Amino acid sequence: MTKVKTALGASLFLLVYLVLIPWLFREQPYRLGVLTTASVLSLISAGVWLMFYIGRINMGQGGFALVGGYSAAILVSKLGLSFWAALIGAGFITVVISVLVGLPLLRLKGVYFSMITLSLTETARLTAQSFPSLTNGTKGILNLPLPGALKIAGFTLIPDFASIDKHFAFYFLGAFLTILGFASLYRIVNSRLGWLFRSLQQNEDLASSFGVDVPRLRVIALAICAAFAGTGGAFFVTMQQSVYPATFTFQDSTYFLLYCFLGGLGSVWGAFVGAFVLFLSFEMLQGLNQFQPLIYSLIMIGMMLWLPNGLLSIKLPFSFNFFSKAGGPACKPEEEAGQP
Amino acid sequence: MTPMNPTPLMEVRNLTKRFGGLVAVNDVSFAVQEGEILSVIGPNGAGKSTLFKLASSFLTPTSGRVFFRGEDVTSQSPHIAARKGIVRTFQETTIFRNMTALDNVVVAHHLRSRASLPGFFFGTKTAGEDEKRFRESASEILNYLGLGDVRDMIASTLPHGHLRALGIAIGMAADPKLLLLDEPFAGMNSEETTQAIRMVRGIRDRGVTIILVEHDMSAVMTISDRIVVLNFGKKIAEGTPAGIQNDELVIEAYLGREDENEEDVNEENVNEENGDEETQESNASSRKAGIENVP
Ligand SMILES: Nc1ncnc2c1ncn2[C@@H]1O[C@H](COP(=O)(O)OP(=O)(O)OP(=O)(O)O)[C@@H](O)[C@H]1O
Ligand SMILES: [Mg+2]
Repeated sequence: MTKVKTALGASLFLLVYLVLIPWLFREQPYRLGVLTTASVLSLISAGVWLMFYIGRINMGQGGFALVGGYSAAILVSKLGLSFWAALIGAGFITVVISVLVGLPLLRLKGVYFSMITLSLTETARLTAQSFPSLTNGTKGILNLPLPGALKIAGFTLIPDFASIDKHFAFYFLGAFLTILGFASLYRIVNSRLGWLFRSLQQNEDLASSFGVDVPRLRVIALAICAAFAGTGGAFFVTMQQSVYPATFTFQDSTYFLLYCFLGGLGSVWGAFVGAFVLFLSFEMLQGLNQFQPLIYSLIMIGMMLWLPNGLLSIKLPFSFNFFSKAGGPACKPEEEAGQP
Repeated sequence: MTPMNPTPLMEVRNLTKRFGGLVAVNDVSFAVQEGEILSVIGPNGAGKSTLFKLASSFLTPTSGRVFFRGEDVTSQSPHIAARKGIVRTFQETTIFRNMTALDNVVVAHHLRSRASLPGFFFGTKTAGEDEKRFRESASEILNYLGLGDVRDMIASTLPHGHLRALGIAIGMAADPKLLLLDEPFAGMNSEETTQAIRMVRGIRDRGVTIILVEHDMSAVMTISDRIVVLNFGKKIAEGTPAGIQNDELVIEAYLGREDENEEDVNEENVNEENGDEETQESNASSRKAGIENVP
């Protein structure tokens, strides 16, 4: 029964996401672009969500996204790789860097880890500025080409973006990556890996007492988190056709956290719902843009006070299992509890 | 007396652990034979839990070695110790509060999985079989420890006695060869304790060697094959329950012959200041409480 409901929910969601929305906005490329951005932001936030899931607050996701963006831009503009190869390459480079950074940093617990990740976005920005031969410094890398055709064994899987409506092309590619990302996240959370991650979140000592290699699992979680950031960053940069040191800022890093909070840490879809709700609300209230940080802070405080488990914890009058099922029991990080 | 086998299951040699100026464990050596139930007793702060953490690699000793089946296992990672079969439980009730009792034990089967993590991600056949096996084994363990009725309850809602048992269940799920139980009977009434003693014996009969720390003296005397006594980090006695009950030093440590203890303290904690007199007093009173329990 729940399986049927889940399948029904998933189909309904895909219908809206892949058919209804593009059809509604078929003549509004700007709006479609906004929706595409919401998709990619939710994808990047999904990584932050996973770190929450093991009880760590990652305030450096913008840094990883920037690494992904620059990697893709450099692979395409300096090495002449195709976008598709660069997308995978960017994800890979970001993962490698996250592992190198994570090995020492993940030993820190609770607030100490968060404080350190806080500086990662700045580190990434300053690094981008410091190697102008590779990154063009503050000017950034401009005029990135649109993705070319993706051919496998002579068969064109995806046509050259220049030859079709690029807004649609980006929307569908973004949606595809987002669906892939969240489907993976769903699998992770509902497989043994998810159990182990939850055990880390609740008590690392207890987990290691029955043989869990806690340091390794933490690095795995961060690597997955960075894969989301790297891929998302690469896609975003290609969509913008440019990358600057300020493409992802410290502010973005905190917004990724906020999306997770808003949607809810207890459900896999939290980051998705949070990113869409918040990002789209702001697009609709254009006039408020200058107050965005203020309003975001107020939302953050309000959420913590009145809705600590996020929007998805609100009980709908009809039980919509698809959303509430996956995350398991409420997953408020307890990272400070019991740490020396 | 237990006959001395050539290689004990675990042997600790001259273990010492310092925390700054405090010597929590001071040159302690003993061995446990396969199939034994060995108790470690001693007044509060004697260093029992620290000894357990050293034995299970949760802490690195300042000096000394730990051998498991003759192999040096000193200061490796805790998860490696667990993989070798050295599994500890915690003094403070430590469980996954937000999971059901069953899920707590299922997760703890980690070491028994044959499938890889990607295997679990893609849901391979081996992964499916693992899950099934874990659930069956977890149910079995819970039934055995008398938790069958509450298996689907969220752990944080369970009463204290059940939580202690759940802690042991988690330990058993890891398939230990040596189980280190830190105060398994704490907070249980005498009826629960009697039942728990039977369970711990049963675990031993399944081939698991047990070292336990416990303040409940009558339980210790009933359950132990041998007893090691710590006081201020030092081993002051080792022997059978009957032998320990008549040991001069042990009686002294528990009755707290005040003048002598005062000296002990001054010798060992030179840096400590007056504020500690309270601790000493509370130690002495708990020692008295301890000896009253001796049958
Ligand atoms: N991480 C630590 N840092 C500093 N001192 C510690 C640490 N852990 C334990 N100690 C000290 O070492 C001594 C021994 O502590 P331990 O917990 O091993 O005692 P115990 O015998 O288990 O006592 P109890 O019966 O109260 O559980 C105590 O004085 C304690 O304060
Ligand atoms: Mg203790």
